[in-house]
Amino acid sequence: MSASSQARDFSAKARVITRDLRHRGLIQTALKKYEVARGRKASAFNDWQSARQAAAETKWDAINHLDTYLEELVAKLEARGTKVHWASTATQAREIILGIIKSKNARCIIKSKAMTAEEIHLNDAMEKQGYEVVESDLGEYIVQLRHEPPYHIVFPAMHLTRDDISDLFQRELGSAPTREPEELTMIARRALRKKYLAADIGITGANFAIAETGMISITENEGNARLTAALPKTMISLLGIEKVLPKMEDLALFLPMLATAGAGQAITCYNTMYGGPRQPGESDGPEEYHVVLLDNRRTELLADPEQRDALHCIRCGACLNVCPIFRNVGGHTYGTTYSGPIGSVITPHLRGLQDWKHLSASSSLCGACTETCPVKIDLHHHLLHNRRNASVEKPSSLERFAYKMFAFVANRPGLWQFSKEIARLLQPLHPLVKGTALDPAKSWTATRELAPVADESFKEWWRNRR
Amino acid sequence: MTERENILGRIREALRLSAPHPGTHGGHEPAVAFADRPVHVAQQWLPPGGETFEEQVERFRAASAELKTEFQLFASREEAHASLAKLRDSEGWKKIAAHSGELTDPAAAALGLPVLRSERGYDVNEMETCDAGLTECDALVAQTGTLIVTSRSSGGRAVSVLPPHHVVLARRGQMVRDLAAALALVQRKYAHDYPSMISLVTGPSRTGDIERILVLGAHGPKKLTVLCW
Repeated sequence: MSASSQARDFSAKARVITRDLRHRGLIQTALKKYEVARGRKASAFNDWQSARQAAAETKWDAINHLDTYLEELVAKLEARGTKVHWASTATQAREIILGIIKSKNARCIIKSKAMTAEEIHLNDAMEKQGYEVVESDLGEYIVQLRHEPPYHIVFPAMHLTRDDISDLFQRELGSAPTREPEELTMIARRALRKKYLAADIGITGANFAIAETGMISITENEGNARLTAALPKTMISLLGIEKVLPKMEDLALFLPMLATAGAGQAITCYNTMYGGPRQPGESDGPEEYHVVLLDNRRTELLADPEQRDALHCIRCGACLNVCPIFRNVGGHTYGTTYSGPIGSVITPHLRGLQDWKHLSASSSLCGACTETCPVKIDLHHHLLHNRRNASVEKPSSLERFAYKMFAFVANRPGLWQFSKEIARLLQPLHPLVKGTALDPAKSWTATRELAPVADESFKEWWRNRR
Repeated sequence: MTERENILGRIREALRLSAPHPGTHGGHEPAVAFADRPVHVAQQWLPPGGETFEEQVERFRAASAELKTEFQLFASREEAHASLAKLRDSEGWKKIAAHSGELTDPAAAALGLPVLRSERGYDVNEMETCDAGLTECDALVAQTGTLIVTSRSSGGRAVSVLPPHHVVLARRGQMVRDLAAALALVQRKYAHDYPSMISLVTGPSRTGDIERILVLGAHGPKKLTVLCW
């Protein structure tokens, strides 16, 4: 049973960070605020649970008729002058986007938050070609300056204090030190305004794609995506093929659900639909609008009906926020673009089951993720499905041997009785080796107590009581 | 084969097996089934928006207070213009950005300030120096305190987001109950030819990216004022 290098890396990082009290304090503070706000907003719904079911069924409809809705979306987008590109792989998506940038002779690129761009490592690719790429979402800008991936799919800089950020801005932007979040935000605002005015190309992600009207819907709070879509001459939106919603009216349900589950808001500040480049008679907007539709193994997940509902995900991050594993190991430990329960479910599909199966094992199976998910993805059962699939695909010989031995002993009452006697005799000696390399139960006893073997089994007790 | 055909082919192949309906466990049907088209039905489960105009105004006011939107309801256009003049004086506006419109033109004239008109092909650096952006909107949404602006009804994409103060002029008749009603209105109004941008704006620009502490004016306007009569 050899662990993948990803699994060893996960364990090593987790061992360090779960003992880091500063990290723990930051995460607890941030998520406590989220929990209070979210509870308050969910209770403003007349019936949150029924709304979840409606959202889940709408997404079911979208995903289970994905070909029809995608064709409708693309036809409507193209009819109004949008150029639609299809990418089967991350490499293709990067090449398409680099091709557009090159053809425009662009130098400076402004980006608003897009997890899909993280997934295909777009920034690296653009920077390697010598382009200046600036993240405009405040949290993303901060982690970009630190040369780090986002910590959380919704709150990228959740692991940093205001002092960390002040130090970073002093070092990178030459600003004066401050402890005021407002002042820090204004430093970033001023620095980024200059970038906006100079940018040739704006790149965004997407939260929803409306098939009925051919529109890309982007949810944000800061206005950075609005500016990204307003000022540069060329706009590119990169999105996974699973983002489709059938109708515009579906947003009346999904926008409040996403904001409530994601950030404890009734609705986010800006929810904007883009249906094309600047149209005749309009005063501004990009001359060209490109939409890049990304598969990158989503169709493999689609081909598994048992876990297909993982494509319903609207990336609200709620399952991360309630997950006891995420809350202990934090976002960077996963080593994946999508962390938390949804990341543990989909990463094995997107990047290989044997390399990433450890994430499905790192779960208490408490079900908090499934309960909180606004589109009712059966997350904790999917963790079990991944575990089963991993062992069916590549059974562990050690595990098989252990179970065979157990069956051999358990099927022979004399042998079973004898092994109990041995265990009773040997257990008092266990403290001598407990937790050391000699301990046969080391992986358990390193952090936990082993239950004592009872003095009397039930069978013995029953016999003696007569 | 193009990538389009490849991807659609893989999707069709994958969908030959059907997936269980959401909420189905071990053969049991979900507690709440929802087979009909959503929203018409789902509306009843969402936060309410109010039935009468008074209820709707009350909701919009409550949402605005929480979001730090400045919402004022007037008896006449003159009162709204007077309030706008007060804003000009208290904030020391020197120049504003606006678009031509039934509500914006008289208001801009009454202000007596230089106006950068977005529809005439503006210089973005000049708009950056404007103290406020004055626009109209398509609807006010009582349920969430949202207003709907589009690239056609509100002077393009930038004027409602680039200047530090976004001032919206609206009429009472533009108040709608909830998001579903607002989106239906957008579809009725524009179905023949949609604007390239339709934005639902709820409060001034905000961020919580530093220790989850609310800061207004992250990238967009620091202030949002809705003057309605």
